[in-house]
Amino acid sequence: MNPKRKQRLLLVLLGVSGVTIAVALVLFAVRQNINYFYTPSEIAGDMAPHDKTIRAGGMVSNGSVKRVDGTLQVYFTVTDFAANVEVLYDGILPDLFREGDGVVVIGKLDDKGLFTANSVLAKHDETYMPPEVTHALEQAGQTTTSNQ
Amino acid sequence: MFPEFGLFSLILAWLFAFFLAVVPLTGVIGKRESLQRTALGFAWAVFFFNSVAFAILIHAFVTDDFSVSIVSQNSNSLLPWYYKFSATWGNHEGSMIMWVFMLSAWMVSVSLFAQTLTTELKAAVLSVLGIIAFGFLAFILFTSNPFARILPVPPAEGSDLNPLLQDIGLILHPPTLYMGYVGFSVAFAFAVSALITGRFDASWVRWSRPWTNIAWAFLTLGIALGSWWAYYELGWGGWWFWDPVENASFMPWLIGTALIHSQAVTEKRNLFKSWSVLLAIFAFSFSLLGTFLVRSGVLTSVHAFTSDPNRGLFILGILGLTIIGSLILYAINAHKIKTSGQFKLASRESFILMNNILLVVIAFAVLFGTLLPLLADLFHWRKLSVGPPFFNVIFNILMVVLLALLGIGQLLRWKKHNLKSWWPFFIAAGAGAIVIALVLPWTLTGQLHWQVWLGLALVFWVIGSLVKAILDRSQNNASMMSAMRKAGLGFWGMWLAHLGLVISTTGVVLVANLDIERDFRMAAGDSVEMDNYRFVFDQVSQQQGPNYTAQKGHVSVFRGDREVAQVNPEKRYYQVKGSVMTEAGIGGNLFRDIYVSMAEPLNDERTVWSMRLQVKPFVRWLWFGAILMAAGGILSITDKRYRMAVKGGRS
Repeated sequence: MNPKRKQRLLLVLLGVSGVTIAVALVLFAVRQNINYFYTPSEIAGDMAPHDKTIRAGGMVSNGSVKRVDGTLQVYFTVTDFAANVEVLYDGILPDLFREGDGVVVIGKLDDKGLFTANSVLAKHDETYMPPEVTHALEQAGQTTTSNQ
Repeated sequence: MFPEFGLFSLILAWLFAFFLAVVPLTGVIGKRESLQRTALGFAWAVFFFNSVAFAILIHAFVTDDFSVSIVSQNSNSLLPWYYKFSATWGNHEGSMIMWVFMLSAWMVSVSLFAQTLTTELKAAVLSVLGIIAFGFLAFILFTSNPFARILPVPPAEGSDLNPLLQDIGLILHPPTLYMGYVGFSVAFAFAVSALITGRFDASWVRWSRPWTNIAWAFLTLGIALGSWWAYYELGWGGWWFWDPVENASFMPWLIGTALIHSQAVTEKRNLFKSWSVLLAIFAFSFSLLGTFLVRSGVLTSVHAFTSDPNRGLFILGILGLTIIGSLILYAINAHKIKTSGQFKLASRESFILMNNILLVVIAFAVLFGTLLPLLADLFHWRKLSVGPPFFNVIFNILMVVLLALLGIGQLLRWKKHNLKSWWPFFIAAGAGAIVIALVLPWTLTGQLHWQVWLGLALVFWVIGSLVKAILDRSQNNASMMSAMRKAGLGFWGMWLAHLGLVISTTGVVLVANLDIERDFRMAAGDSVEMDNYRFVFDQVSQQQGPNYTAQKGHVSVFRGDREVAQVNPEKRYYQVKGSVMTEAGIGGNLFRDIYVSMAEPLNDERTVWSMRLQVKPFVRWLWFGAILMAAGGILSITDKRYRMAVKGGRS
């Protein structure tokens, strides 16, 4: 093989092996780290996996926020007005977290149906609604209308 | 009347952009020099009318002209003047005006500083920029008119700027970032012009290189400013979130970094020519993709976007035309690019090639992670999000490889390097780095983290190699000083940028692994201990700002008996929009930041608070490193050979 073609072959091999390793790495990493979103109705219908990190979202039910005295633990209920999910969070709630407003929680569901959140996302200004919450409410709206 | 002049001026800019896009290009294709010469005039006309429109918009913001709809939505008479000023680009329409304004500024700088370019190449470059300006001005005029009015009864008061944006960060971050984004259009225009004219001689890349470096330096600073702003303004101490908006600026940066390296090979060795052209096309395409992601509303929801599709579709159209058009041009003309010359595996060329592969792979992995949720949304799969761990895994693994290779690659000669005599150095440096990285953090903190060990080992490895690079240069010289001078600014630019990378890496590794964060419940007079620090919550006071009220915490931080910081976190309430903001109290030095945020009041009198206390070691190194990288990029273009190129061309 002449040196020029040998070099070209080397380049191609280097490129192909690099890209293959990269694709394998990306696919492996993405399988570990995708978080799916479930609406409260889907969670109530037992469609969501347990003990796996998922996202859930809806409105914080009015009057549902309860603090545990002397700690930063807080319980609240997330609803899509068709079903509720009980959420436990230990930490600092975002500034715009309020009863009656939209929220997205990321965490794990246990076998008793309690959702332990490791982070809570609220809207970041007065008018913005997290798209996933809108989606959850729409879904719930659709299911209630189709049930009627 | 002023805003109408603004709109009129914008329309004129659009018309001239049309001429610029068509006339000189016709001249280039038809080889008619008289038409090529028109490019200069049209470019200046576009710049002039763009500046007038931008200035009028700024004027409307600064003088509180609430009859202009975006002013009434994004400003308020209570705002200090500098926030009124920066509010101009704190909204969609204004930021697009700034985008095109910067594009036209790049245009006229090309025409000013590239005086010795051939008329043909200059006409082609300006024309390609004209096409881009035409597209974006059309976008502004048809979908995002910044001068839309609320008449006949303008509101008496504006609804205020989002409090997060009322900050020095917003004054600086978007213009710097946009300079970088838009700056890649020049490298792109040079690449496309080379494809159009079919001239791929060395002068093409020599001309294009300084522009790429400047754009890259701006983008580096812009990203760093964004990260810094998020760090202190969002109130919780995060400095990188792998958020789609951040990724949108990071992808062009990665490709741009690959591009400045491959352009170096193209200039010095006349190799990788078609690869450099392709990377230039990619870099700008990623900039446009970033603009699309941020500006179309597609991130909020693909379906929200399709229900009001004008803006998104328009940018998508520009994006598609640019990518498809330039790739077709590339496919047709790339065979004309002739490269000659060879290099061995142990050579600077091959290590730069590996650098390029790694950077491009990271960029596409980030692209994949950013677009996957959008694809899921588009095809009605279950909604999903790709968490930061995905990006961290990919980025960290590939960066480990990249830094390990950098330690070797930056020392090698072009073409062929005999490594035999170097093995002792590599073994000594490698072993030394591994040992120091193990011992140093252990003795200082008493903790062992394998990530810290690995990260610091790479840092010391590259530092060893940087030192070696200087020693090598001084070997054949009488004195160190003369060697330093002889090395040339190109070398020092590279050296500084790589040092910056090492410093940023140090910051990332240490703050990501050794930071301490805990939430406490605190009332006035309480004190808590955390990691050798004692935080004393002295009191809460009431504050009155220009457009907000706040509770201000007074926290003293002690280490042993010595007071090391006094910090004042705030909880602000902005009346106009009724929004709440957490303003962190930060007390820092070069080696660590103390970061205190007041989270929520836990009683009705607002005297007991949940507080988040953090100690963040070496966090500032992250941004210092970025400043050095940008400085390196700028320094290398002041190298003699670029000035010689200017003189040589004139004679």
